[in-house]
Amino acid sequence: MPREAESMTKHTQAGTGQMITARGLTKTFRSKGQTVEAVRAVDLSVAAGELVAFLGPNGAGKSTTLRMLTTLLPATSGEATVAGCDIRRDPAGVRRRIGYVGQGSSGGHTQRVRDELHAQGAFYGLGRRETRARAAELLDSLELGPFASRSVQSLSGGQKRRLDIALGLIHRPELLFLDEPSTGLDPHSRANLWEHIVELRRTTGTTIFLTTHYLDEADQLAERVMVMDHGRVIADDTAVALKESLAGDRITLGFAGRADASAAAARLGGEPDPADPARLVLTEADGARALPRHLRDLAEAGLEVVTATHRPPTLDDVFLALTGRSLREESARAGGDEAPEQAAA
Amino acid sequence: MNTIADPTPSTAPSDSPPAPAAGRPAPRRTGFARDTAAVFVRESRPLVRDPFSVLFSLVQPLVFLGLFGPLLVGAAGGDVAGTLQWFVPGILVMVALFGTASTGANLLFEMQTGSHERTLVAPLSRNALLVGRALKEVVPLMVQGTIVVLVAVPFGFSVNVPGLLLGLVVLAVFGIGFGALSYTLALGCRNRDWMFWMVHQTLLFPLMILSGMLLPLEDGPEWMRVAAAVNPLSYLVGAERALLAGDFGAPAVLGGAIAAVVTCAIGLVVGVRAMRRAR
Repeated sequence: MPREAESMTKHTQAGTGQMITARGLTKTFRSKGQTVEAVRAVDLSVAAGELVAFLGPNGAGKSTTLRMLTTLLPATSGEATVAGCDIRRDPAGVRRRIGYVGQGSSGGHTQRVRDELHAQGAFYGLGRRETRARAAELLDSLELGPFASRSVQSLSGGQKRRLDIALGLIHRPELLFLDEPSTGLDPHSRANLWEHIVELRRTTGTTIFLTTHYLDEADQLAERVMVMDHGRVIADDTAVALKESLAGDRITLGFAGRADASAAAARLGGEPDPADPARLVLTEADGARALPRHLRDLAEAGLEVVTATHRPPTLDDVFLALTGRSLREESARAGGDEAPEQAAA
Repeated sequence: MNTIADPTPSTAPSDSPPAPAAGRPAPRRTGFARDTAAVFVRESRPLVRDPFSVLFSLVQPLVFLGLFGPLLVGAAGGDVAGTLQWFVPGILVMVALFGTASTGANLLFEMQTGSHERTLVAPLSRNALLVGRALKEVVPLMVQGTIVVLVAVPFGFSVNVPGLLLGLVVLAVFGIGFGALSYTLALGCRNRDWMFWMVHQTLLFPLMILSGMLLPLEDGPEWMRVAAAVNPLSYLVGAERALLAGDFGAPAVLGGAIAAVVTCAIGLVVGVRAMRRAR
């Protein structure tokens, strides 16, 4: 556990209303004589009504954790209570209470959209009339009405994803798991999906636990972010708190040459920009106030600043501070469809 | 992770406090029968929506009836009606064999998309997931069997109606079991389509030929007759021939019924075990 993360331990006990608690949750896979520790002693807790994003690169163990919590995979060790039911002793109780939207498209391809919702209602023991009413409600709220009589295979990616969410919500679960809900969607469909997720939480108070490798998704959507890497949870707090405690604002000062940049570094600290040695990068808790102070300081020292920018920290800065790697680059390397890295200031 | 004692957020969301979860229905318990019915209805719906899909798997049996039948008449030197009387019951078994053998491919596809996973997270009994799917085989089988008989009647095939009905029941029992075996194969192959189709193709034609449904095995070599003796399909073919001729008392009827029940029992037991291990 990195030292920086200790600042995140000062949490108040939430007491009752825990929707998920897990202690020492571990999953080891054996394949070809090798043991792979996919999830290593993960502790987590999610209170009722929270929207938590589980962030990490592909292969970090997010989905495996989710699959254990949803009873799809038995845990190697550790324990967890989900929606009040123990995942080992009462998996059926967990299944009755949760909604789950997996990574794949969950509607049968040859099925019609409305039929699939009706089938899902029956799977959760809803009566015929109740199922029909609920299906109509979800078709309406997720903007699937015009496609109700179409086959699932004729839907677009975004429409399929909305159907997946509708299927996950048919029984009004108190807790909804979303595994990579927006992966593979175009930006417009992603934004639309986020709106639906936010709206769902606002109107029903459903607890939502989602995995994502999109930094902006975790940042904008979730009120709490858990960062996972190599099977461990390495940070857990609000996005704002994580960025403040770990990353800080990035101030970039440009100079006429490398010599001025080194002289400025001697006064202010900071690191030279790897892309341009005539630039100095500083990390400050409050960049807007620190920047004029630095400018005054450098002016007194007779060092001329050519350019000066500051930007708020991103969750990628948090990941970088915790692991020394960039999540954005990891996703790109893994063939992810992450947006190209924004040009540094 | 030991340093994080209680990872609850330090700040509550300020903009939108979640609404209380009032009005949320209590989770409902369902039983095996209800779950099976729910799975059966879901699996049957595409057939109801698109009844012509039932005809698709009839193409091959009808080709055998139309193209192999006349050759059989010529080779045997008998009359058309008499040959059909011998040949059509075999085609009915072929319908059951080919119709249900590839049904696992649907599950295979749903395992690769995410629909199967969705049903695994739903509070459905694992047994119902398999049994509901296997029972679905019955409906198309009844329709297909009836069509084959109706096609053959104008050519002189005479059918004993109670015998046909009983024959279809025997086929249905077999179809449930063989469909369950096909689902088991799909569950075992997971994302290896090629393996499913390889096993499917490797088994299907020997099973068909060694059942005596196309040509009589009485004139075949000893080893073929031994192989037919352990092939449940040969008992099924014998039973269908007797039943469609109205010979209810023939020993072959009992043999076929036993073969169908044994196939059904083995298929369901093996299939349910595979479904319980499914991830």
